[in-house]
Amino acid sequence: MFVNNDVMNATTKEERHVIQLNDPEHPVILSTEGLHVYYGKKEALFEGDLQFASNQITALIGPSGSGKSTYLRSLNRMNDRIATVTGKIMYRGVDINQPDIDVYEMRRRVGMVFQRPNPFAKSIYDNIAFALRLRGVTDRHQLDEIVETSLKQAALWDQVKDDLNKSALALSGGQAQRLCIARAIAIKPDILLLDEPASALDPVSTGQLEDTLLSLKAHYTIIIVTHNMQQAARISEYTAFFNQGRVLEYDTTSHIFTNPSVQVTSDYVSGNFG
Amino acid sequence: MKSTQQLERQLKRRSKAAKLEIWGRMVSLTALLLIVAVVVGIIGFVASKGIATFTSNHVNLWDFLSGKNWNPGITDAHGKPEVGALPMIVGSFLITILSALVATPFAIGTAVFMNEISPNKGAKILQPVTELLVGIPSVVYGFIGLSVVVPTTRALFGGSGFGILSGTCVLFVMILPTVTSMSADALRAVPRYYREASLALGATQWQTIYKVVLRAATPGLMTAVVFGMARAFGEALAVQMVIGNAALMPNSLVSPSSTLTSVLTTGIGNTVMGSLQNNALWSLALVLLLMSLVFNLIIRLIGRKGRLQ
Repeated sequence: MFVNNDVMNATTKEERHVIQLNDPEHPVILSTEGLHVYYGKKEALFEGDLQFASNQITALIGPSGSGKSTYLRSLNRMNDRIATVTGKIMYRGVDINQPDIDVYEMRRRVGMVFQRPNPFAKSIYDNIAFALRLRGVTDRHQLDEIVETSLKQAALWDQVKDDLNKSALALSGGQAQRLCIARAIAIKPDILLLDEPASALDPVSTGQLEDTLLSLKAHYTIIIVTHNMQQAARISEYTAFFNQGRVLEYDTTSHIFTNPSVQVTSDYVSGNFG
Repeated sequence: MKSTQQLERQLKRRSKAAKLEIWGRMVSLTALLLIVAVVVGIIGFVASKGIATFTSNHVNLWDFLSGKNWNPGITDAHGKPEVGALPMIVGSFLITILSALVATPFAIGTAVFMNEISPNKGAKILQPVTELLVGIPSVVYGFIGLSVVVPTTRALFGGSGFGILSGTCVLFVMILPTVTSMSADALRAVPRYYREASLALGATQWQTIYKVVLRAATPGLMTAVVFGMARAFGEALAVQMVIGNAALMPNSLVSPSSTLTSVLTTGIGNTVMGSLQNNALWSLALVLLLMSLVFNLIIRLIGRKGRLQ
């Protein structure tokens, strides 16, 4: 405690620090303006205004209950039925938080992978073809091709290419999670949202998943919620730190982890709380 | 040395907790043995009485199952008693299958509404209503069937109004709540993350329901339907009140006929223990018992298959 007090006195930290992106190579593809999320009357997110650069990985970190998952799930309107989301979510210049937006069409462009691997009780092939078939793709060759490329992009093809008709429930946790990624990218979304995708996986599977994400960056914009700060540091270009329902700091990942501008961020990334 | 002995004595002494443990086991074991004894007793009794028709009265089993004339007090031209149970067996199966066929879509539809489409209203209104319907005594259903369904059938299709159709209508309402609430349980057992995964892939809610939720709940839904069928098969009173109770092969859905249960309830008080008439009724009871075992077996098999998936 003494040491902490000294540090507090010695450095003048900002209250809040959020940068505006300006990288011509990676223009902003998604941003939120004045986003608030309420569960009933309880406000779960007060200040969550961020910009996301295309074809980059952005990590959302913060302690449990800080609002980062709530924020992520609002981005493709998965919170619609359980929460009230106000404010603008600008996707390529269109506010996708308007009531007349077709959420089903929007979710085709903004895909999501969840914390717990959640393959359907169908074959590996049918899992990946699921969303394609919903959109009326019935041509077997086209399906075969997309299933193969999706599995290759998710680095799962070599392990399952002979078992495509076996149940997806027989896969290991890491494989199942990569299947979920393959399933999400089969419909070629623009943006991929991942909600703590590695928290149920062992370190080896986590490493493989991270490699997969790094290779996917070329095709997709990735936003990932993670509890694992090393993971955020390893794979992301930008990091947002959430605390008690607000974004306290948003900057490049190296800035956040080496020289954060906000004291709470500094405490969190150095493991002093959370 | 002394303290070691003391410790041993303390540890080997039967504590209160250990005594309670033995007591608890005894109580639950006794309850279990009692139930097993009752079940074995019922099966043994029904089987021994039911088999008497074939052993002491020398009725041919095949004649019993395929004969179309039921009149246990009378012997036919060949001197054989008329104990053909086929009309009742057909009646029972027909009424069971028809009522399940009609009830299933309604039950699953209701379950989908109260679990997927409007969970709030479902929990507040539909759930209590369904539970209420389960609790209504079957004589009430039968009475309503007698005073509403039978006259309506008579007006629409002619004849007396008594028959399989009226029985099906009454049973449809009777098994609907059972099938509905079990279907709702089956849907509730589908993990939330299946729905999330489907929605996140851009599926609409309806696509999610019929491509993911209903698919995943299929074993549970089948169990619900078989449970409903078992209930319909075993229902006696309400059916007896509207079916007409004529032990004839049903030649149409509106002709008076009978089921295994309706013949049992009308006949069992009018026979003398040990007589052929009485034994023949026990044979019908045995058929009922065997069928309910078959339904149970089917439910088990579905459950096992569901787990393996």
